[in-house]
Formats: sequence, C-alpha cells, structure tokens
Amino acid sequence: MKEKVIGNRASRLDAVSKVTGKAKYTDDFFEREMLVGKVLRSPHAHALIKHIDVSKAKSLEGVEAVITHEDLPKIKFATAGHPWSLDPNHRDVADRLILTDKARYVGDSIAAVVATDHLTAEKAIKLIEVEYEVLPHVLDAEEAIKPDAPTIHDEKKDNIISSFGQAFGDIEQDFQQADYIMEGVYETSIVQHCHLENHTAYAYKDTDGRIVIVTSTQIPHIVRRVVSQALGLSWGKVRVIKPYIGGGFGNKQDVVIEPLTAAMTLSVNGKPVRYQLSREECFIGTRTRHAIKFYMKTALSKDNRLKAIHIKAFSNNGAYASHGHSIIMSASSKFRPLYHFNSVKVEPKTVYTNLPTAGAMRAYGVPQICFALESHLDDICKKLKLNPIEFRKRNLISLGHVDPLSKIKVRSFGIPECIQKGKELIKWDEKKKSYENQTGEKRRGLGMACFSYFSGTHPVGLELAGARIVMNQDGSIQLQVGATEIGQGSDTAFAQMAAEVLGISMDMVRVISTQDTDIAPFDTGAYASRQTYVSGAAVKKAALEVKDKVLKIASRKTGLKVEDLDIVDKQIVEKDLGTPLCSLEEIAMLSYYDRIHAEPIKSDTSENIRTNAVAYGVTFAEVLVDMVTGKIEVLEIYNVHDSGTIINPSLAEGQVHGGVSMALGYALSEKLMFDEKTGRPLNHNLLDYKLQTILDTPKIGVGFVETYEPTGSFGQKSIGENPAISPAPAIRNAVLDATGVQFNKLPMNPQAVFEKFKDEGLL
Amino acid sequence: MFSINHILEPKTLKEAILYYDENPKLKVIAGGTDVLIHLHHGKLEDVELLSLRKINHLDEVKLQEDGTIVIGAMTTFSTLFRDKIINQYISILAEASVSMGGPQIRNIATIGGNICNGAVSADSAPSLFTLNAILRLESKKGVRMIPIQDFYEGPGKVKLLQGEILTHILITEDNYHEMKGKYIKFSNRKAMDIAMLSVAVTGQVEDEVFKDLRIALGVSAPVPVRCSKAEDYAVGKECSEETIKKIGELALSNARPRNSWRGSKPYRQHLINVLTQRAIKEIVFKGGGKDDEKN
Repeated sequence: MKEKVIGNRASRLDAVSKVTGKAKYTDDFFEREMLVGKVLRSPHAHALIKHIDVSKAKSLEGVEAVITHEDLPKIKFATAGHPWSLDPNHRDVADRLILTDKARYVGDSIAAVVATDHLTAEKAIKLIEVEYEVLPHVLDAEEAIKPDAPTIHDEKKDNIISSFGQAFGDIEQDFQQADYIMEGVYETSIVQHCHLENHTAYAYKDTDGRIVIVTSTQIPHIVRRVVSQALGLSWGKVRVIKPYIGGGFGNKQDVVIEPLTAAMTLSVNGKPVRYQLSREECFIGTRTRHAIKFYMKTALSKDNRLKAIHIKAFSNNGAYASHGHSIIMSASSKFRPLYHFNSVKVEPKTVYTNLPTAGAMRAYGVPQICFALESHLDDICKKLKLNPIEFRKRNLISLGHVDPLSKIKVRSFGIPECIQKGKELIKWDEKKKSYENQTGEKRRGLGMACFSYFSGTHPVGLELAGARIVMNQDGSIQLQVGATEIGQGSDTAFAQMAAEVLGISMDMVRVISTQDTDIAPFDTGAYASRQTYVSGAAVKKAALEVKDKVLKIASRKTGLKVEDLDIVDKQIVEKDLGTPLCSLEEIAMLSYYDRIHAEPIKSDTSENIRTNAVAYGVTFAEVLVDMVTGKIEVLEIYNVHDSGTIINPSLAEGQVHGGVSMALGYALSEKLMFDEKTGRPLNHNLLDYKLQTILDTPKIGVGFVETYEPTGSFGQKSIGENPAISPAPAIRNAVLDATGVQFNKLPMNPQAVFEKFKDEGLL
Repeated sequence: MFSINHILEPKTLKEAILYYDENPKLKVIAGGTDVLIHLHHGKLEDVELLSLRKINHLDEVKLQEDGTIVIGAMTTFSTLFRDKIINQYISILAEASVSMGGPQIRNIATIGGNICNGAVSADSAPSLFTLNAILRLESKKGVRMIPIQDFYEGPGKVKLLQGEILTHILITEDNYHEMKGKYIKFSNRKAMDIAMLSVAVTGQVEDEVFKDLRIALGVSAPVPVRCSKAEDYAVGKECSEETIKKIGELALSNARPRNSWRGSKPYRQHLINVLTQRAIKEIVFKGGGKDDEKN
C-alpha cells in the first residue's frame, strides 16, 4: 500500500530542537571578542542635521568607532524584500541612507557607535552632540498631501510616493444607472508585527575580505543584494546566513538592520559586531502596517447586485518608502476575485509622513481593504435590510472567472462551501433568532466576513524558487531549499512533498534549514504566502528528477522500462503488479559504488512560476458587548479556508490560530500611538501596546474546504497570511449586529467604544 | 546589561537597616520588577543596590493571636493569591494579587515593592486602602506604623523617611471580620496589563443595609484614594438599586482622574461610577443580599 504523506499531520521537523531550546537563533552564535553596535536615534520628527560632533563619544574608553552619514557612501538604496527588477521603472523607491543626513521621524538613525560592550555603547551614544534645525512635521496622510505641508523627501515634493491606481469597466455609466449608491469611510490603525525575536544581526569580514552577515531575516538572498547596493559592493562580496528565526510576519521581509551592521564591522576593520534592537527600538525603527483610510462608494441594482465600486485610499507610509505603493496595489488586486463588479476604480495615494516606516505585514494591505469592504457590505445590508450572508452569496463570482486586469483565472473556488460550513459551525440561524431584541447591559451579536487572497506575487513579481536534493547511500535525502522556514512550517511541508514523490518516509528527509547565500539555492524568501505554492513546485521538480534517476538505475538493473517502475515505501516496485523488485537502498548503493555507472543521485533545480491561485476564506464571529463599559469580548470565532489541498492539517491549523490571534488584536486593541505635537511614540512597548494575551483569546475554530487547485504542484494554494485577513471585519460586523453601531475605525478598544457610544447617545 | 555598580545582599533585616543608614544613596530592590525596568529605560544609572531578597521571614503571611493579619513586605503576589489566610479572610487581596502582571512577574514581584514604588496603578493599593492596612516601617531610629492612606504622596512618591524600610503590612481583625470585598481591575487585556482604572470595595451588609462600606480607587487621582463621601452616604442605607446608583455618582467626588492617552478623563469618570456600582453589587450578592443584582 502506498502511504500518503501529503495531508498527514507530520510533526514539525524542528519541533524537538525548538522545544528543547537547542535550535540556534542569530543571538545563539558567538564570535570571539564580539563588539556591540548601538544607534543614536532622532528625538525630532522632522529636522535638518546641521552638525554632529562625535569627538567626546570617540574618546570614551571602550569605544572602537563612531560613524555618521559622512563616513558612509552617499548611495540611496531601497529596502523592500522584492526580487530585483531588470526594468528600472519597476524598482522600489531608493530613498534611504544607512545613516540619515536628515531626521524624518522620531527614531531615525543618526549615528552609530561600536564599542566593547552594551553599557559603554549606551554611554557613548549620550556623548554624541547633534545640532538640529527642527522643521514642522506631519503625521496624517491626508494632511501630508496638502500644498502647505512640509516636504519630507526633496525627490517627492508633494510627499506622494505614488498615486498609480487600477480601473476597469465603465464606472460612470454604472453609477448613473445604479438604483442605490452607498458610501462609507473606513480607517485602520498603525500596528506592528511583534515577532518574539527582535531584529538582530552580526557581521564580520572573513579572511577573503568578504562581509559575512548572520541575521534574523525572511529574505537572505535579497539581504545580500541590498547590503551590496547600499555599500556599493559587488554582490558576491557579501555572504548572508539565516539560522532559525523567531518570527517575521513581513517585518523581516525588508532589509532593516543589515546594511548598518555591515557598515559597523567595516568601521572596525572587519571585527565582529553584533547589532540587536531592543523591543522599544523594534517598534519604531523597523516597519509597521500601513494605516489606510478608505472612501468607499458602491453602485447597486435594485435586485441587490453589486455593480460598481469606487475606492479612494490614503495609505500612510511613514518616513521612508520601503514596500511603499506595492501595499495598496496588492490590496486593490487581491480583493477583486471575490464579488462580481461590472466596474472597479481604485484611486490610491501612498504618502510620506513623519512616522515610522510602514512596510510588509501579514497579508500585505489586504486586512485593511477587507476591513473596509466587508464592513461596507454589512452597512449596505443594514440600510437595505438584507441578510448579509445571502447578499454576499448572491454577488460572488464563479469558477472560471478571469480578472480583467491581472488576467488571473479562478481555477478552484470553495468559498460558497466555506460560508456554509462557517454558518453551521457557529449555529448562525439558531443564534440569530435568540439574539433578537436584546436590551440588557450585555448584548450578543454575530458577524461574518469573506476574503480572497493570492498565492505569491505573479504577475507583478518574479516567482522563482530553487531546490536541491542529494540522495544518501541508504536512500535518505538531504533537501536544500532557498525558501526560508520562519516558523510557518515550510521545511516540514517541503519534506512531506519530497517524501511523497520519492516514496520514502519523513524520517528519511533531512531539510537543511539554514540558508547561506554561498550555498543555498536561489529563492527570494518567505513572503506573499508563496512558499508551498511556488517553492513547493521547485521541491516537486527536484524530487521528480531524483525519482527519475533512481528509476533509470532500477531499469538498468531489472530490465524493465522506467515508466513501468515506481518507488513505494522505500521499495522499487513494478507499477501495475505492485510487486517489490529491490530496495531503494540497493539503488542508492549502486549510484555510489557501481564500478562502471557510479554517479551519486542528486538534483539542482529552479522553478519560475507564472501562474497564481486564488485562495479563499471566511470568518464567523460571535461577540458579547458590555454596553456600560464598552468592552467587547469575542465568544466564538471560526475561520474556514479554501487553500486547495492541505499539505499538513496541523501546520495549517497553526497558521489559522496565529493569524486569527493577530487579527483579534487588530480588531480590538492594537494601535501604535504618537503624540500629535511632537511625533513621539507613546506606547512602543509590550505593556502599553495592547497585544492580546492567551487569556484574551477565545478558542479559535478552524475549518478547511479542500478544493484541488490545478496549478498547484499538489493542488495546494496559499494559507500563511490568509487567516489574518477577515476576522477584524467579522468582529466589527458582529458588534454592529449586537449594538446597531457602525464602527468604521480600528481598533474597537474600550476607549473608542465608549466615545462612539457617547456619540450615538447610548451612554 | 544593566548599569549596576554594586549590590548588597544582607541576610538579616538588622544588617540591611545598618547598610541603609550608612549609605542613604542605596536603592532598595525587592523583586526588581520596577527597579530593573527603570534601569532598562535609563531612568536609573550606576546604582548601588540594597537587596532584601536574602532576608529570612520577610516573605510570610501570618495570623496573630489578636486576629491581625501580618504580611511580610517580601511576599510575592504568587504567594499572596494562593495563601490560605488571605483567601479565607481577605480574598479581595487575593483577587488583586492574581490580577497583577503575568505568572513570571507575580512569582518575583513583592507586595512591599508594589507599595513603595508608589504607582497610581498599583494593584495592591485599592484593596489595602479598603482594609485600612497599616504599614510597619523600620529604620535605625526605630519602628513607625502608619496607615496606608497616609503613605502615598504623589505619582511614584511615598513617604519613606531616610533609612526606612517597609517590613510588614498589617490588617487588624475589625477591618475584615464579617466583611466582603471585591476588586475590579479595568484594563484592555485580561492579563499582563496595568489598570486603566481600578475599584476596590470592602463592606458589610446586614438585613439589606450597608453596615459598613469602604471604596478605594486606583488610577483615579495622583495617588490611590478612598471615596469618603460615597462611604458616608452609604452607611446605614438600604442597599437598593437607587442607593447604589447614588454611591457610584458620589464616588466621583473624591476622584481627580487624568486625561491621558491611556484613557480619557470622561471615560475614567464614567468607569469610576459604573464599576463602583458593579463592585458593590458583587458584595451585596456575596453578603447574602439581593442575588438578582448579579450580572
């Protein structure tokens, strides 16, 4: 019997090493006499740097170097973790220096110290004297594009990074012919990833004079490219090593600290320097999720069909471009293959402000637009007295839908079943009835929200992945991938894929988890939920190549044709009869030691994926609202996903638990706050930034509707970011159901609920 | 890495008091959950610490023969919320103790440290205020006993005289006998959070009349406060919905909540009113009064 590995609840390959504390992360590696790097950060939101005096800091005992922008190449570079584009028009905005020559937000990196220890470095930081000329600052995206707003980058006088939009259909005609036109304004807040492991790296020069950087990153190959560009070095002069990482969620899909870490080691003649951010620095000095304000306007016909949608969006990008306009472009592409519209027009503006830089964060703009759209749909239903589930079902696209702009085709479509399943799990109809006409201090409500999401970035970005397999004498293999394990479990999923193709057990697959750009296959990294779909295709290709080589040797040995042979449970078998012919080990031994034909079995492949697969899902939530204190509690929550074939249900459930947990905070409590007058962060620590704890988290229900995606190497689609998308609007819609109040701004924390209840005359 | 120059770890209280007397610049450290954060944030530098952790018997809860409960200042919140005496006689302090921080913090943070840190959000304070706790302070000059209500001076400021160490917290029997208590900590999260506002109520209900009622608030003024007006109004009144409503409103008169990004002044005022009412309803219920008031 052929044992199926795909779809099994295989244990994580790194489970034992992680729970026993043996897994090594960046900070677990040491070099002799490692120095410590520290950064002086701007206390001003916007200021010119007139003069920096580092003499006192330099003369402090234990200080090895102090650097400012004057010591570094005057090269502006881009930091986003995107594949390099040969087309200059398709590149990220290069607006950064390693250390800035102008302060653009509170926390901007002004100068760096390299010292023998942390305390000396801190002392030296305080001895650096900077003369600033403070400029007026702007924190709000809509304010920043007014003509009299201060200019943050000279290259973009109007502070607009881009206003490139998307449109199809005749939107004017659709609005003219509409029976109803509905409008709403929706706004999300600035939140942060809060990965457990802060950004950390160390760097040194090796004996060949190359820079070696060990770093906690999702994108080692891109780090190599960006560090080289920032320092004006040939790309081969930089080597990047990525060990285990303690979470990324997009914040490490960006080259944040590595160029400076490299500059630090260069400033001390290649001695090893470690640069770690504190939690407080991580909150402001890395990336955040864009706060986006949406103005939604929708045309409907009187049979309750969506006709057209016009979205104006203002995306607050903070001080530097990072992923910039890609975020809102992702949002305005990925929501489309869900509901049918005759015409769509998205007019976004991505805007510089004097805030920490926004970048990639789990689901890349889609949680924002999903909050706006799905809240808007419920507001429409409330106004037209429609059943929100039936209204959505009526307007869904269907299998075979092709997006007019991206040309992405929907080849698997499980959302109707997801909705049905979610509705049953939460007992929608039954509860709806019993919650009618509530009047008490505590009221219950039900809400739901749907989403669509992509698998990877095609057709916008290159989707290249590499995999390499070496077969050992006993038939076991080493699998090496360029794609990074960042906690999501991709290594385990890849091992399952290789085991499935090769007919071997999981314990015969060793995945080399560390990516070292000197030796790892090329892959641009962990982002866009691309891993199982894109990198999985490369793993399958590599495994098939190995299988073919095994069967060729077996064919030579047995005289049977390759196509008549298969590998099942570590045995070479005759396909039709299933009879074992010899062990895989015998073939592997021949590949090493046959006196005439010896040639160890290996493969080294790449896949360039030029398709995309649309994944779907839905959240159903039940809330309890305290009408007196404004506290909202989520009682039940279910996420049901169509992610095609589920490679490993345990890992997929883990993704859903994590994603929903993140989204609960997004909905109810998380918000990075800044002082309006100074631009200073107010709550950049884990006490005051209200990340939810396990006690705040209800039991998270998970469901899958397994479709088969024909373009997936095993029928799979994305799952990584997806669970974080729809919970916030589902919770918001449940609150609407419970209270009749429309919360159009996240988060719905007690203070915000109190204010809204006051406005509505409920208190 | 912390900027600590030196640490003294005496084994007896006597020794500690001598050290402190000799060098008043010493910074007293108990569990360290506040001191180390100040060091981490650079608010303290190059400190010389006087640790009380190695002193024996300062971390015990005892019931004296006269009925007084004596809590050692070094008792951790984990010990407190599990302690039999606390749970049997002053369960309100157990409620407050378990609401503080997370398990790791509760395992190390001490009630004495919590009080001496002087935070307006200290979880132990409102409950101790309603229990009329007495603080035992010791220095080379001798022992001083002061009511906790007189100890707080301002945000982060307490009335410790030079060389003085808080050794015990005392609660006399008349302050807990036949009393019921309720602590409500209002925060964004259910764990690992500081109070946006907190209310402690201790009282006695007899024949549906408030025989005694004490209300204390946290994060409602520069220091934790007792709501004397509301208390005076309540005593002797029937515990009706109307009376409780009036008590809630009166509780505001002793409060001076701040407007801050952690919570607006109008919201805090609203919470003082409604949470005081909720806490009172809880003790009315616990005290055998009207049970239809729960929820």
